[in-house]
Amino acid sequence: MTGEWKAYCTLIRQCIPAISSIQKRHVSESRSFAMNIFRGKIEVEQVFPYPDVLSADQLESLQTLLNPTEKFFQEVNDPLKNDAIEKVEDATLQGLKDLGAFGLQVPEDYGGLGLNNTQYARLVEVVGAHDLGVGITLGAHQSIGFKGILLFGTPEQKKKYLPKLATGEDVAAFCLTEPSSGSDASSIRTRAVPSADGSHYILNGSKIWISNGGLSEIFTVFAQVPVKDPATGETKDKVSAFVVERSFGGVTNGPPEKKMGIKASNTAEVYFEDVKVPKKNLLGEVGGGFKVAMMILNNGRFGMAAVLAGTMRACITKAVEHASTRVQFGHKIETYGAIQEKISRMAMAHYVTESMAYMVSANMDQGSKEFQIEAAISKIYGSEAAWFVADEAIQILGGMGYMRETGLEKVFRDLRIFRIFEGTNDILRLFVALTGIQYAGSSLKELQKAIKSPAANLGILLDAGSKRAKRMVGLSSGQSLTTFAHSDLSDCANLTSTAIEDFGISVEDLLIKYGRKIIDEQFLLKRLADAAIDIYAMIAVLSRTSRSLELGLSSAEHESKLCNVFIGEAADRIKIGLRELTSSKCRKNFDMMASISKDLCANGGLVQRHPLDK
Amino acid sequence: MSLRVLVGVKRVIDYAVKVRVKPDKTGVVTDGVKHSMNPFDEIAIEEAVRMKEKNIVKEIIAVSCGPQQCQETIRTALAMGADRGIHVEVAGKEYEAMQPFHVSKILAKLAQEEKVDIVLVGKQAIDDDCNQTGQMTAALLDWSQACFASKVEKTDGELTVTREIDGGLEVIKVKLPAVITSDLRLNEPRYATLPNIMKAKKKPMAKKTAADLGVDLTPRHEVLSVEDPPVREAGIKVETVEDLVGKLKQSGVI
Repeated sequence: MTGEWKAYCTLIRQCIPAISSIQKRHVSESRSFAMNIFRGKIEVEQVFPYPDVLSADQLESLQTLLNPTEKFFQEVNDPLKNDAIEKVEDATLQGLKDLGAFGLQVPEDYGGLGLNNTQYARLVEVVGAHDLGVGITLGAHQSIGFKGILLFGTPEQKKKYLPKLATGEDVAAFCLTEPSSGSDASSIRTRAVPSADGSHYILNGSKIWISNGGLSEIFTVFAQVPVKDPATGETKDKVSAFVVERSFGGVTNGPPEKKMGIKASNTAEVYFEDVKVPKKNLLGEVGGGFKVAMMILNNGRFGMAAVLAGTMRACITKAVEHASTRVQFGHKIETYGAIQEKISRMAMAHYVTESMAYMVSANMDQGSKEFQIEAAISKIYGSEAAWFVADEAIQILGGMGYMRETGLEKVFRDLRIFRIFEGTNDILRLFVALTGIQYAGSSLKELQKAIKSPAANLGILLDAGSKRAKRMVGLSSGQSLTTFAHSDLSDCANLTSTAIEDFGISVEDLLIKYGRKIIDEQFLLKRLADAAIDIYAMIAVLSRTSRSLELGLSSAEHESKLCNVFIGEAADRIKIGLRELTSSKCRKNFDMMASISKDLCANGGLVQRHPLDK
Repeated sequence: MSLRVLVGVKRVIDYAVKVRVKPDKTGVVTDGVKHSMNPFDEIAIEEAVRMKEKNIVKEIIAVSCGPQQCQETIRTALAMGADRGIHVEVAGKEYEAMQPFHVSKILAKLAQEEKVDIVLVGKQAIDDDCNQTGQMTAALLDWSQACFASKVEKTDGELTVTREIDGGLEVIKVKLPAVITSDLRLNEPRYATLPNIMKAKKKPMAKKTAADLGVDLTPRHEVLSVEDPPVREAGIKVETVEDLVGKLKQSGVI
């Protein structure tokens, strides 16, 4: 297990180009805010002021696109019907294709709408508000299904495939997961072997849980390909990506899977049996498939936070409507504190998710290549926030919420998958923590080198030395967000600055204490990731609220309240979480928990005797 | 035959929005509220597009009077099939006080400038429910008018229009040029598809002001107060006829 996990960590290092390029450049070159907090550094470029990427023209066309999209979902799509028949109704699916919803980000030259990430996010928010099942059908198609062709396709591949994909005439699917390969994506067994004449590959293998697997004509397939290492002459299997057409022959699929939620979306096994894939259908480089897969997933994740922000908005509307009309004990239930706390927490969860979603999409539109931690955080936060919001909405509606007709029950089932797919939240937490730690570690290494030749690196040493010295006497090392945030929010800015500084110190302490072994400390990594998520949430909210105050938006005062409560509570959570990293009491508990789990697994279930046993 | 049609498209608060009165009672809250094209105007655009598809009409011009965001409404009309747009920019206080009286003057002037044969507008807008613009435009131009149309057919040099009137339908013939206002059952408007919206960006849109058209926007009336409709009070159930009569007497109704 540990070995495999280490292999995964190695892959993370190898396969995320941004990280490896940072490694090459060594220090202080990432512009990513989340990456830099691992060094205790506040890098505001991507977060302050709240990024604004749409030109007046782009904003106007977006507004014009919104109305028909909303109207379609209000008037044509029937989410409960789709859920009941376990597919998107034929007429609705055709309607979505006619509407143009299958080619949102395909360039206009290829028959799509050519939307940027921010515009895409805003439109899929509408989908998320109405029907997550349809959302997955659309997302599996364009967010991951053919994203590889957009990102890595040759001009010929784009010309051949994109026009039909944009109109929905062809539907696409992303085929990575296999029965024995889930989170550990590099362990896939599907293989593609070059034919004797070298003109094509022979593809064999099977994929499971493929969204749109039964509907698709075009598949992005990941398979092992034997690759000869030019240096050693040794042949090794390496993951490669292919564009596979059903019409190649040998591509079949199983029946639609029965699922807990997102029932309208088709999920099926896909089998490849001696499929002849022309060499020109290789996507990216031979052996570069893992990178292709990770880039597609990284590029697709931002959309999820936006979709889920839409879902939360719809749940909150239902909850508020009920709370402000339902009378119990002589008063509307909105007057009771128990309900007020729920509604305000739902609003905060939504505000954070929405702020993150549009910050990440804007960073991507600004051309940033370093958004993978932020995108992962927005996926983790959004999926958990939406689960919480839907749960509380059901709670506020009581028995009514539990009834199918209200619509929340379906949303709740649909939402569950979001914490599992496209990188489980558990794996993504480790990804966030390890990617950040590695970046911080490279800075420490630089410091260690500097110590070896102090004369040449006096600047680095003095800087590091004074930071440490200030910390030791309890002074802040002086970085502050107050100059960037709106003056009304200076308390929030200070709390956030402090949290970042404390976080950086914790990372450094962990690295000094555990060194490379930190990758095996998942109890600690989880806590570190949680703190990183909270800090990114704080900065997204701080920046967004500052923007609203500066623009004098009519909701600015309300947003200030959301910002103050959220940041105040997040700061407390971070303090507790970071303390647990070094507390010996917690260490003992973690060890004990590891041992409890071991006991259960050895015993095939619970260990304790029944209370009635003697 | 090749007619030119001017279609009025108004930007209104979306029909699904719960309208709220401003605290100072000067109007309703529009800030941050979803807007869309007046549904009756959508029907008007659809009818014009259908007439074009039947080769009755050669060119469709969509016009909207109001703030910058009206261009979104015009774009929607262009995406549905209008050929070009005219945005008559009216902003701020002038926009708040604008009434059918002003709009009809603008439409009449544009109809003359553009030498159109038909002015097609929704029978009323769902925000102020005035139901005046079409009629006033016809009066200002001294053209024939056919309001509340549920069917429009071209016969020789005239139009045969079926009108929805109290208690039934009325079929009339009108000479061109004419002003038509669309009723609910005239047609079911199509959806503007997203690719068509993007393509519509390339269609021409002219920008004008009321002053360019020589129309005076001075308000002719003043809004004193805007109030929420009174909340309906709960009724009571009575057990018997005697109870009912008793209650009615008690409340002084009989």
